[in-house]
Amino acid sequence: MNPVNYLYLSALLFTIGASGVLIRRNAIVLFMCVELMLNAANLALVTFSRLHGNLDGQIIAFFTMVVAAAEVVVGLAIIVSIFRTRHSASVDDTNLMKL
Amino acid sequence: MSPVQLAAAAATGTTSTGEAVQFWVLAVIAVGGALGTVLMRKAVHSALCLAGTMLALAICYMAQGAVFLGVVQIVVYTGAIMMLFLFVVMLVGVTSADSLKETLKGQRWAAALCGLGFGVLLIAGIANAHLHTFSGLGEANSGGNVQGLARLIFTRYVWAFEVTGALLITAAIGAMVLTHHERTEQRASQRELAERRVREGVQVTPLPAPGVYARHNAVDIPGLLPDGTTAEVTVNPTLRARGQIRDVSHDMLRRMEQLESTTADYLGRTLPPRRTVKSPRAPITAGAADEAAEAARTEEEAEQQ
Repeated sequence: MNPVNYLYLSALLFTIGASGVLIRRNAIVLFMCVELMLNAANLALVTFSRLHGNLDGQIIAFFTMVVAAAEVVVGLAIIVSIFRTRHSASVDDTNLMKL
Repeated sequence: MSPVQLAAAAATGTTSTGEAVQFWVLAVIAVGGALGTVLMRKAVHSALCLAGTMLALAICYMAQGAVFLGVVQIVVYTGAIMMLFLFVVMLVGVTSADSLKETLKGQRWAAALCGLGFGVLLIAGIANAHLHTFSGLGEANSGGNVQGLARLIFTRYVWAFEVTGALLITAAIGAMVLTHHERTEQRASQRELAERRVREGVQVTPLPAPGVYARHNAVDIPGLLPDGTTAEVTVNPTLRARGQIRDVSHDMLRRMEQLESTTADYLGRTLPPRRTVKSPRAPITAGAADEAAEAARTEEEAEQQ
């Protein structure tokens, strides 16, 4: 097997995550799909690290994980505070600015 | 064979048979989990599917010589982030179930088509790239994966590492600011609550317990009204919203009917035709309960102003 298959897996997971963001409307599930996309990107970075034979790709994947953790903390806090005021976690209901 | 040796063996451009078998097993699990995340209706099931995908990816990292990242993936992603997700699913609760109603016509199909096109483009791009010589991490990992990463983080990437600290502090403060609520009025005392209940007159007494006069007294079995129909207020609203109410009243009504007819046979009486019982009041569904709660809340706010 050629290790490039890891890149195909990563592309497939990223695509599934992106489609999920477009299809689903529950804010929590949307966030999970974004996490899936970040994980797919990490897999690609790790594979690139192996391709080039140095560890920089792994360092960047590590920083991606840190940023993802910070993003999830803030994002879930926003979801909880929206849920408190609007009593819904659906992104369709957050339309106060709509004409 | 350690992951370092595995990655070193990959320098030729092909992996060992063991890694190939592992990859195909993990790829099926990862893609299945990803599809489950997108397609499952309940957020909890999505979260569990995503956790499965992340575990499969962690093993992929380790197989590729990224031992430290594999462990971090398990500890941080499946350990911390997924627990945070489950915590929020628990907080937000069952009322956040996705509606299947489409607000934009044909949006779902258009989105799926976009996703398909995007995937085809991405995969075709990778297939056209010439990526046939993999150097492998044998040399880079020769002093140990963790040591190699540490050397890079604290030399070339030390500035990014320090900025990460600022990012994490900002995120923690942001989460606290967003979820903190200042209490501006005093908490209602027990007397005030009782007075409000009497003034509103909706339900003055405490709510009736579940299972009264039903066959069981489990929490998910509604109590029965005198005419044998169920009283849905007796069941916890969360169970009502999930549709997890077990109704045993039909069973009991049927048995009572049998008993009556046996008695009537014995006494030689003819029973009048039995009318079908209808609920004396409209059953309280999840939506109605929410509306009632909403109405009560707006009233409360109006009172405060």
